[in-house]
Amino acid sequence: MTNTDTSRTEEAALRTDGLDARLVVDRGGFRLDLRLTAAPGEVVALLGPNGAGKTTALRALAGLTPLTEGALRLDGRTLEEPSHRLRTPPEHRPVGVVFQDYLLFPHLTALDNVAFGPRCQGVPKAEARAQAAEWLDRMGLADRAGAKPRALSGGQAQRVALARALATRPRLLLLDEPLAALDARTRLDVRAGLRRHLADFEAVAVLVTHDPLDAMVLADRLVVVEDGRIVQEGASADISRRPRTDYIASLVGLNLYQGRADGHTVTLDGGTTITTTEDLTGPAFVVFPPAAVTLHRDRPDSSARNLWRLEVTGLESHGDQIRVDLTGELPLLADLTTAAVAELSLHPGRTVWATLKATQTHAYPA
Amino acid sequence: MTERNAGAEPKTVTEPAGATGPPEVLGSGTRRRRPGTPRLRAGGTPRLRAGVPLPLLLPALAGLVFLVLPLVALLVRAPWRSLPDQLTSVAVWQALRLSLITATAATAVALVLGVPLAWLLARAHFPGRRLLRALVTLPLVLPPVVGGVALLLALGRNGIVGRWLDSAFGVTLPFTTAGVVVAEAFVAMPFLVISVEGTLRAADPRYEEAATTLGASRFTAFRRVTLPMVAPGVAAGAVLAWARALGEFGATITFAGNFPGRTQTMPLSVYLALQSDPAAAIALSLVLLAVSIAVLAGLRDRWMAAS
Repeated sequence: MTNTDTSRTEEAALRTDGLDARLVVDRGGFRLDLRLTAAPGEVVALLGPNGAGKTTALRALAGLTPLTEGALRLDGRTLEEPSHRLRTPPEHRPVGVVFQDYLLFPHLTALDNVAFGPRCQGVPKAEARAQAAEWLDRMGLADRAGAKPRALSGGQAQRVALARALATRPRLLLLDEPLAALDARTRLDVRAGLRRHLADFEAVAVLVTHDPLDAMVLADRLVVVEDGRIVQEGASADISRRPRTDYIASLVGLNLYQGRADGHTVTLDGGTTITTTEDLTGPAFVVFPPAAVTLHRDRPDSSARNLWRLEVTGLESHGDQIRVDLTGELPLLADLTTAAVAELSLHPGRTVWATLKATQTHAYPA
Repeated sequence: MTERNAGAEPKTVTEPAGATGPPEVLGSGTRRRRPGTPRLRAGGTPRLRAGVPLPLLLPALAGLVFLVLPLVALLVRAPWRSLPDQLTSVAVWQALRLSLITATAATAVALVLGVPLAWLLARAHFPGRRLLRALVTLPLVLPPVVGGVALLLALGRNGIVGRWLDSAFGVTLPFTTAGVVVAEAFVAMPFLVISVEGTLRAADPRYEEAATTLGASRFTAFRRVTLPMVAPGVAAGAVLAWARALGEFGATITFAGNFPGRTQTMPLSVYLALQSDPAAAIALSLVLLAVSIAVLAGLRDRWMAAS
């Protein structure tokens, strides 16, 4: 009874084009439950820590892992709905997948790898190979058509895998950690190329990554997943400005606190207050960048309203700065220059005073 | 060189095998570097022979002799002079031809039935899979004569299936060349199944998944992706099965009998010849030995790679 009710409400929310899914996968103690929608032409990134369920979500979309509940619709067609015992096998879904380690067929040339999809769709051999050659050409790999996968570089293999997935003309393109297998330099080139191809792609693309930079560069919209659930979604600029979980805050490099706002003051659970410029009431988040924090050896006579006595617990280099881990009234991270660290003679266990200008903080409703 | 050698000699002389080819090459290289790094070379020598404990070394050598001696005897006592005549006799050729044909046919049967069975055991999930694997492996350990008796009870003229085959199609398998193929396939197929199943387990099943996301049915994925990827394992399994079929004796003689030209394969005729004409038996044995060595050479790359 309840099942049909939910599916009816889900049907009401049906979008005719693009992806409309509620993915529920139960797997021995782990439950994935995501509501995922995307318009044609949109690139959505599933961002989250390892074990959050991103890859499970991708496999569910591809039909490689069956849904326990929910429904999956693509361009108005229902591909899977357990309550109606409906399930389209992966080979009949208009879905293309670029796997994390590409899984190029080792016994086939790059060209035959790309031609594999069209061949399975019934395209005659000569035409399938012609299409494949065209795709490889578009990826700038025309001269590697005859190469076996083991002879391809990481970046080339990635592009062959992308061409292979696109050659089936999918209405949903799935990319599992598309850049994870590449070294830093190749990554830069491949990311730029991938961005271009995704921008040209007219249907829905969903990519899974644990790298916020990849997500922000490649995707129009971010969906942050933790423990099988969506914790935040939106444009990357919005998410990096207003993180709602510690995981996202640490990804985008911000100190994040949750408390109750009353005017320009946010009071945290422990009683510590942070003065902000925003005027808010009720539950709120406050963020500030580690670089905005100033440390002092003695209690300063500054006008700063935000003044806390803290203890150094750790130091580590972070780019050309030193990231200082502090605990006390308000546990926080501060970025200092090497010179400042030397001048303050910071070391774990040392007590310091931290100040923060209200203008450097950003508060928003929780 | 010689002066240095003389100086270094006492240290290496403890290794008795230093007289053979490769160690000497290694030894001279060692000596050349010795003045610079004496300790490191002495400690890092790859020669372990001196360290093998006697209670292991003696049985190991005895085992080696035990395995090699009969083959040496076969070569020593071979009637080399009359060999050409022996091998060109009609009876030998008949048996050899029959053996090659039936072993190849049995291997074909094993491939057609065994590869899908191996896939089922490696990839499909169903209750009782472990029991099924045990059943498949049973002919590996079953005495072949018992296999022959079992085949008679199943496919013999009065067997549970054979009776029906006889009455419905007029097909009788026992004591025919087809019966030889059946007996050999029964004994040889498990070798192929086990070998292919092992290769399939080692192969990454995600390639099949990748193929299905590209629109391939599971069978197409198997045919165009998995099978080419496990081809070396299938080939090795087929060679093993073929060799096993070629040497098959017990099940064949029980189920198919011993009719020259029809069911008398090489092993059968070796056994028979041994009673009447030992020289012919040795000649036939040499042929089978040659085939075995050829099989081993064919598998060498694959098996040596494991060590």
